[in-house]
Amino acid sequence: MTAPALPPTQGGDATTSPQRHGRLAAWLLSPTFLVLGLIVLYPLIASLRESLYRKEEGLDENGFVVEGDNFVGVENFAQMFQGDTADRFWNAFFNTTFFTVVGVTFATVLGVAMALVMHHALRGRGFVRASILVPWAVPTAMSAVLWQWIFQADGVANELLNTQILWTTEGFQAKIAVLIADVWKTAPFVGLLTLAGLQVIPNDVYEAARVDGASGWLQFWRITLPLVRPALMVAILFRVMDVLRIFDLPYVLIGPRKQSVETLSMLAFEEAGQTRYGPAAAYATMLFVYVALAAYAFVKLLGADLIGEARVRTKEAKKRQREVVAA
Amino acid sequence: MSTGSGAPRGRRWLLNVGIIIIVIYCLAPFYWMVVSALRRPNDQADNSFFPSPISLENFKGVFGPDVGFGRSLLNSVIVAGITTLLTLVVGTFAAYTLARLNFRFKNFVAGIIIATSMFPVISLIVPLLKLFTEIGWINSYQAMILPSLSFALPLAVWTLATFFRQMPKELEEAAMVDGLTRGQAFRKVILPLAAPGMFTTAIITFIAAWNEFAIALAMVTDREMKTATVAISQFTGITGYDSPFGTKMAAGVIVTVPLVIVVLIFQRRIIAGLTAGGVK
Repeated sequence: MTAPALPPTQGGDATTSPQRHGRLAAWLLSPTFLVLGLIVLYPLIASLRESLYRKEEGLDENGFVVEGDNFVGVENFAQMFQGDTADRFWNAFFNTTFFTVVGVTFATVLGVAMALVMHHALRGRGFVRASILVPWAVPTAMSAVLWQWIFQADGVANELLNTQILWTTEGFQAKIAVLIADVWKTAPFVGLLTLAGLQVIPNDVYEAARVDGASGWLQFWRITLPLVRPALMVAILFRVMDVLRIFDLPYVLIGPRKQSVETLSMLAFEEAGQTRYGPAAAYATMLFVYVALAAYAFVKLLGADLIGEARVRTKEAKKRQREVVAA
Repeated sequence: MSTGSGAPRGRRWLLNVGIIIIVIYCLAPFYWMVVSALRRPNDQADNSFFPSPISLENFKGVFGPDVGFGRSLLNSVIVAGITTLLTLVVGTFAAYTLARLNFRFKNFVAGIIIATSMFPVISLIVPLLKLFTEIGWINSYQAMILPSLSFALPLAVWTLATFFRQMPKELEEAAMVDGLTRGQAFRKVILPLAAPGMFTTAIITFIAAWNEFAIALAMVTDREMKTATVAISQFTGITGYDSPFGTKMAAGVIVTVPLVIVVLIFQRRIIAGLTAGGVK
C-alpha cells in the first residue's frame, strides 16, 4: 500500500475513486459497535471478572455470619479441573465435544448427500427446497418438545422401530435422541449452504472431466468436493460453533441436571440459576475459550474463509488504487 | 446441469428416490406434530397416521385460561419484533459501510462482527442475569431484547451487507453525479431499492429472535412474561403429572406454521440471504 489514507469523501465524489472513507465509516459503524460493546464486550469482561470471585459465607469481626463476594483468584478454575465439581465439568466437556463431533459429522455427510441429490434432480426441486426450510424454521425448543413426544415410551419411534427404549431417560440412548433431533434440524441447513456452493461450479469442468473419462465417483472426489470446500467449510464452522454452545435441545428434550446430556452451557446456566455466579462465569469462560480455539483452528488451520466476499472487495479496491497511483 | 436428459434411467430413478427421502426426512416429524395436534385429547396415545376423528380440542386447550398461551405469543411477538426493528435500524448503517465504503480496518471490522455471532450466549447470560437481578430488570421485555441483540445484530449486518453488495455501484454514482450527497443517495436511491433485502433480513432476524430460548428462560420467572418457546417447554397437565403432549403439539403448530408459511412464500429470497453470507 503506497497511497496514504485520503480524507473522507465529500458529497459528489464518485464511489469508484480509490478514496478511503475512514471517518464516514467510523460514524456509520459506531451504533453497531456501541451496541455490541454494551451487550457483548461488557458482559464478557464482567464474566471474566466474576469468574475470579466466589460467594462465601464468613464471620465478620463481631461474629455475625455475612455473605459476600470474595476474590478467590483462579480457585473457581482449579475447582473445575480437579475439585469436587471436576467430574461434573469433565462430563459436560465430554458431552459437548461428543455432540459436536458426532452431530456435525452426521449433519455434514447427510447435508452433502442432500445437496448432491437436489443439485442433480430434474423434478421436484422447488418442492424439496421448500421442505428443506421447514426444519430450519421450527424453533429448537419446539423441535425438542416434538422429539420428546416422538421418543415417548409408547411413542411413534418405538412403534416404528418395534423397540421399547426409554429414550428420554438417563443413559446412552438419551445422547442418541439429542443427536437425532439435532441432525434432523441442521443437516438440511448444511445441505442448503452446500447446494449454493455446488451451483457456482461451472459445468465445463465436469464436461472436461467426462471427456478425459473420469468416472462419477472420481469426479466427486477430485472436482466437486475440492470446489465446494469453501462453502462447506463455512457451513461446518457454523455448525461446530452452534453445537459447542448447545443448550435448548438437551435441556428441553431430556431435562436439566441430567448427567448423560449435560453440556457446558447447561452447567453454566445451572450454576447461574443457583446464584453461584463465580463458578458459572468460570464455566462460561471455559466454553468461550473452547469456542474461540475451535474457530481459530478452523480459520487458520483449515482455511475457512468467513469474510471472503468482503475481502475480495478490498483486494479489488487495492488493485484499482495501485493502478491509479501508478498512472 | 451435469445430468442431461440423456442420463441413464437408473440414475434418474435413484435421484427421484433421493428427493422423496429428503422430503420425508424433513417433513415427517413436522407432519407428526400436526397430526398429534389434531387428535382428540383422549386419543393422544393413538399412533395412527391420520387423526380420526379430527378435533380442534387441543387448540382450544392451548388458549384455555389455565394455559394462557395467548399472552406468551404476544410476549414473543413483542420481543422478536422489537429486536428485529432495533437490529435493522442500527445494523443497516454498518452493513452499508461494510458493503460499500473503503476503509482501513475493514477486514478487522468484518471479523469482529462475525466473531460476535459465534459468541456463546451463556457467557452473556451469567453476568447479565446478575446485573439485571440487581437493577430489577428480571421479568421485563428489555431483559430479553437487549441480550437478543447480541446474536441478531451480527446476523442482520452480515445478511444485509450481502444484499447491499449485490446492488450495482453505478446507482449511487449516478445519484451522486446528479448532485446528491452520499447520505442523500443512500436515503433516496439505495434504501428504497434495498427494501426487499431488508425485508428478507427482517424475516431471518425475526425467526432467530422468535426461536430464542436460553435468554428468555433465564431472564423471566413470571408466567405472564414468558415467551412462547419457554411456555411450551413448561406446559403441565391439569394434574401436573401427565404431560399434555396434544396441547404442546397444538401450541407447536401455532408457533411454527405461520413461520413456515412466511418462509415458503419468500423461500427464494430467504435462501439467497442465508447462503450468500454463509451465516445462520
